[in-house]
Amino acid sequence: MELVTVWFVLVAVLWVGYLALEGFDFGVGMLTRRFAHDDRERRVLINTIGPVWDGNEVWMITAVGATFAAFPEWYATAWSAYYLPLAAILVALILRGLAFEYRAKHDSDSWRRRWDGVIFLGSAAPAFLWGVLLAGFAQGLPLDARHDFVGGLGDVFTPYTLLGGVVTLALSLLHGTHYVALKTVGELRTRARALSGRLAAPTALAIAGFVVWTVTQRDTGSVTWAAWLAGAVAVAFVVGGHRIIADGREGWAFVTSFVAVAAVGAALFGALYPDVLPSTADAAGTLTVDNASSTDYTLTVMTWVAVPFVPVVLAYQSWVYWTFRRRIGVQHITSP
Amino acid sequence: MDVIDLARWQFGITTVVHYFFVPFTISMAFLVAIMETAWIRTGDERWLKLTKFFGKLLLINLAVGVVTGLVQEFQFGLNWSDFSRFVGDIFGAPLAMEALLAFYLESVFVGVWIFGWGRIPPKIHLATIWVTACATLLSAYFILAANSFMQNPVGYEINEEAGRAELTDIWAVLTNKVTLVTFPHTIMAAIMVGGGVVAAVAMWHLLRGNRDPSLAEPGAPSDAAPFRSALRIGAAAVLIGGVGTAVTGDIQGKIMTEVQPMKMAAAEALYETEQPAPFSLFTVGTLDGSEALYSIEVPQLLSFLSTGSFDGAVQGINDIQQEYEEIYGPGDYAPNIPVTYWTFRFMIGAGGLAAAIAAWQLWSTRRGRVPTSRWALRATLILPVLPLAANTFGWIFTEMGRQPWLVFGLMPTASGITPGSTSASVLATLSVFTVLYAGLTALWIWLLVKHARPGLPDVSAEAAWGRRHSGGGGGGGGAGAGAGSDDQDVDGESADRESTERESGDDDADRPLIFAY
Repeated sequence: MELVTVWFVLVAVLWVGYLALEGFDFGVGMLTRRFAHDDRERRVLINTIGPVWDGNEVWMITAVGATFAAFPEWYATAWSAYYLPLAAILVALILRGLAFEYRAKHDSDSWRRRWDGVIFLGSAAPAFLWGVLLAGFAQGLPLDARHDFVGGLGDVFTPYTLLGGVVTLALSLLHGTHYVALKTVGELRTRARALSGRLAAPTALAIAGFVVWTVTQRDTGSVTWAAWLAGAVAVAFVVGGHRIIADGREGWAFVTSFVAVAAVGAALFGALYPDVLPSTADAAGTLTVDNASSTDYTLTVMTWVAVPFVPVVLAYQSWVYWTFRRRIGVQHITSP
Repeated sequence: MDVIDLARWQFGITTVVHYFFVPFTISMAFLVAIMETAWIRTGDERWLKLTKFFGKLLLINLAVGVVTGLVQEFQFGLNWSDFSRFVGDIFGAPLAMEALLAFYLESVFVGVWIFGWGRIPPKIHLATIWVTACATLLSAYFILAANSFMQNPVGYEINEEAGRAELTDIWAVLTNKVTLVTFPHTIMAAIMVGGGVVAAVAMWHLLRGNRDPSLAEPGAPSDAAPFRSALRIGAAAVLIGGVGTAVTGDIQGKIMTEVQPMKMAAAEALYETEQPAPFSLFTVGTLDGSEALYSIEVPQLLSFLSTGSFDGAVQGINDIQQEYEEIYGPGDYAPNIPVTYWTFRFMIGAGGLAAAIAAWQLWSTRRGRVPTSRWALRATLILPVLPLAANTFGWIFTEMGRQPWLVFGLMPTASGITPGSTSASVLATLSVFTVLYAGLTALWIWLLVKHARPGLPDVSAEAAWGRRHSGGGGGGGGAGAGAGSDDQDVDGESADRESTERESGDDDADRPLIFAY
């Protein structure tokens, strides 16, 4: 396999890892709103993701850094084209990150309520917007011959990309619900199981629509069958997860939504390859893994860095999940 | 203002504010790691109290440092996409390495440190803060390697056809001589920040107890001894950092004279080449090359600082300008002289004053003494601000001194901007980020002050956890020492588990938590 393909796959894996990991902490963030009945329950939810959310977010930073190193043209065009929505995501993520740490640093109800609002919006907005922006890659953007974005917000927010946003939002919520079912005890756990059942069908429907739309609008043909397969897996796992959680096997339910997120990502990036950002204006503007990439030398260097260290990262991040594997409940949250 | 100015302000504001938090995190992580190490090694609870107390300040700061860092990863694409295209083949590599090698370590292990109290063995807990601290160093190194490429491009060649710079030697980029000297200079300066905070907070507590004993009741008197230790550690950090910054800054000055002579000349507002050249302490006047109204100079010092010899010639702005016009064509190659001149002086002044205060603190607290004067209180108040100001001025100097280049000698700043960007959209995000960052900074200061004011926290739960694992080191259960420690741990765990099970009916629930958000 050529190095550019290796790096395309790695960037895709990093994005998928991000959606699958931060996806559930976005979901938990959204659940703090209505699903949690009082401050204690809200704190239980926040504490289930407390040790891990920051490490999850690094998957996105690494995806972006890897894109810069391996496909500088993709990095340059994408983030300048997505100027305003990306700025909105950054503001949301900045406030959300602070909320987890700061909400307990001052004892006042109004202070906590404000940060709770931030946690909800700061989780929902990026969960939706990342879907829009990633779907935008598969849809393509109006680019001129030197790959500069020549469109406006209407080219970023289209019915197709909005559906992409709905998919990541719904999947994050479902995934987060499974995580809560897996990580809590008592009433929260019971409620999470029930909620999962209600979310499964609409999520599966959104995914199915999105995958069909993705594959039919992309006629590059190279890996279409893989995209179809991945889409089918995603739908099947969402539906299957519903049955599994009904049997009380929350760990496996979490695995199914994890696989579903990964499969949607695989369908999206699979349909995108070998382009990285197709142009809907000047065809010469289309960015592919070849014309967007760094030199072979840079890719080789980065491969030598990634090959030993990606497994190390996976190992210690897994260790953290293992360390904090036990369930918590309201009885763990002592002081108000 | 045109779109380039707006984009530069955006980068400047977001990066300068981000860099309030970075040196704080780097230094405080190490200081807290040292305090926790002292606790683990001695079993003395005052170190545990200090770890928890300053650990809280670390986390208040780390949170805002982490989130403002998110913007940095996208900046080069948002407003500077032509820069990203031109240098991405080189510049992206250290950024990706930083994410993969440093950010994961830092973010993952600090999560374990925050939530690990009582849940993992203390020695592993200690290891996580050391990993976090070392990861901040790694992160700094890669970012400085990327920045140093912009100051002194190495290890590349220009591909005319592709219109970009391409990497030919990663090792040259990672061992750029500018990186090698900027890294220790930056870290030493960072150490002063955390040291200043620890020393100032500790001194404030000591003084408060001493000046107004009624405030010190009832718990506070026992805090005096730990805060005394903290004061001396913090002051020592400021002093060591100050000396280290001066020494590395001296080497850096010589390298800068060699690779960016214009920056050195601009730092001094030295228009004509002089041999020997004096060092200007300060100037009243316009700094535009005309006769200054008033200035104080130290003869021959600039020659020594830039060349290592008291008779060395130092090139002036006008000569370098002429030289650059021959190489790069017509244009203005001098940075903003008042900015470079004054930031250079403020940097040295603020850093020097911080080191002097720290030295005085060490002297005035020798052998059990505590200063009680009003001046001591005033010094306490400015001590945390000074190193932070010095760090900020240093960065403003080095980045403004690079102008008008984005990548020195290769790409002018104006050429790096995103081609299609409009003043309206840049102004919109500039306003949002400015308001947001101002709010974050205010919140940061308010929370730091709020959590620095109370005395040392109650650590009985953590101490019990430590004793359980150390085989009774602090508590007196001598029988449990050594080989017995494992058994004791299992006993403690199963006892905790039983009580949880009774309550919840869930066999896989966690033990009672010492710490939760």
